[in-house]
Amino acid sequence: MLALADYLIVSAILLCLSVAGIIMNRKNVIILLMCIELMLLAVNTNFIAFSRFNDDVSGQVFVFFILTVAAAEAAIGLAILVVLFRNKKSINVEDLNSMKG
Amino acid sequence: MNQLSLILPEILLTGFVCLVLIVDVFRSPDNSAATFWSAVISVLAVAAFLITGGLPEIRQTAFAETYVLDSLSVTLKIFLLLVVAASFFYAREYFTNKNQERNEFFILAIFSTLGMMVLISAQSLLTVYLGLELLSLSLYAMVAMERDSAAAAEAAMKYFVLGALASGMLLYGMSMLYGVSGTLNLSELAQQTIGGDKNLLFTFGLVFVLVGIAFKLGLAPFHMWVPDVYQGASLPTTLFISSAPKIAAFAMAVRVLIDGLPGLIAQWSDMLIILSVASIAVGNVVAIAQTNIKRMLAYSTISHMGFLLLGLIAVTNQGYAASMFYVFVYSLASMSAFGFIILATGSGSELNLIEDYSGLGKQKPLLGFLGIVVLFSLAGIPPFGGFWAKWFVLKELVASGHVWLAAVAVVFSLVGAYYYLRVIKVIFFDEPGNSERPASSRGMGTIIFGINTSAIMFIGLFPGILMGICLAAMSIYGAP
Repeated sequence: MLALADYLIVSAILLCLSVAGIIMNRKNVIILLMCIELMLLAVNTNFIAFSRFNDDVSGQVFVFFILTVAAAEAAIGLAILVVLFRNKKSINVEDLNSMKG
Repeated sequence: MNQLSLILPEILLTGFVCLVLIVDVFRSPDNSAATFWSAVISVLAVAAFLITGGLPEIRQTAFAETYVLDSLSVTLKIFLLLVVAASFFYAREYFTNKNQERNEFFILAIFSTLGMMVLISAQSLLTVYLGLELLSLSLYAMVAMERDSAAAAEAAMKYFVLGALASGMLLYGMSMLYGVSGTLNLSELAQQTIGGDKNLLFTFGLVFVLVGIAFKLGLAPFHMWVPDVYQGASLPTTLFISSAPKIAAFAMAVRVLIDGLPGLIAQWSDMLIILSVASIAVGNVVAIAQTNIKRMLAYSTISHMGFLLLGLIAVTNQGYAASMFYVFVYSLASMSAFGFIILATGSGSELNLIEDYSGLGKQKPLLGFLGIVVLFSLAGIPPFGGFWAKWFVLKELVASGHVWLAAVAVVFSLVGAYYYLRVIKVIFFDEPGNSERPASSRGMGTIIFGINTSAIMFIGLFPGILMGICLAAMSIYGAP
């Protein structure tokens, strides 16, 4: 039987990986979107583990809402990506630098 | 049935936004005013419904205590809807001047407003999250709406990625709060925090939640998106983003921190001190170096949001009311500042640089004068609304014993006054450039701009009226 701490460590590692991916990635915007999804899934792991070990179902309900919102978020993110590619002909993160100051 | 009647404003707005969508599909192609008017009437109808309902005597909750109706939520919603309606008039002015048809702006804005209303009434971590996402997702789309502009696409992408990062942080914090307390409900969470035996774990969650809130308010050091989004988005979108969502973000801070985590006041007020000092310093100092007026206003927003937090740090009923006063006055002033840019631009090319405004006061004295009112209010110079906003916040801060914090805020406000006065100098004392200014528009935007600036002057002359409203709204947190 796995303890609560094991789940929390896994989700903390996933969260750190996704944040590192967002901050360190300099190549591709699609990888940013993947990291965002990974972050939400890390949170979901947390919620499910807490829900199971607290014996309270509302955490699992929250997870369903997060999954739905994540789908909407991915749709909007990809739509913005299409607009970006049409205007810039590039999805390189380093090309997102026209505004400074 | 009783529960449904509590969320009737939201239900009405949802129904209305579907109607607006249908109107936009079936209107005749040359009649884009139909969509605009139906959008304005929808928003004003919900506002009228809330005003006739009056302030609720008692606090009522609905749907397993996920939604709350109290004097705070009703006051904030009425004000929010009025601000949104005014921003529609400005947007319409801009679109008519530019001969653009962007009716999706109004529809997205109403969806975003719906999210803000849910957020204002949130009484559970789940409703906080859902309201916030409905609000932000609509805003991302609004920024990207300018399809042919590379700057808008870039701004939208940055806003989206950083916004999603902030949502992730917020959610991680929420999961921690849920894990420690075993409940998503804010009032049950509040009772758990007051005990004080699990404070370390609660603080761990609080840090992440606060990152999310700071991002949505645009506080330093989570402010990176603000200048880029303000600069890249089209003027009506910037105007909208700079006014209404700030009211919702303030409501979110109040709900989560004061309703949800009253046992952690010592922790969160210390964190807010760091955030607000950083924002006031970064906002006011970096704004001096800006040549683009939208970027300058963005940094001014950052400093204003820092100032707004100072009232929460006072952790008294009057302090919260002072913050609420501040967010109301700020949203009026910020809206009229961008309205000023829209009216000065007219049908010509967008006046993005501060030097583009040289001599405007000589060519259009009335517009220039009203611009001064707006800038004086933003700078906090009496007798305009912005002065009283700063005054009330500082007064509560000193009363609660944070004298040094008030001193820091005053010093940076003085620094900040410089860049507003510089714009006034350009408008009134610089020689006009060679280019002809396009004729002033005589549209409804002008009337709304007049009402908006008069409201700022009126609040400046009679601050007690608005302050009374704020105190009445905040009376749920104990007698004043």
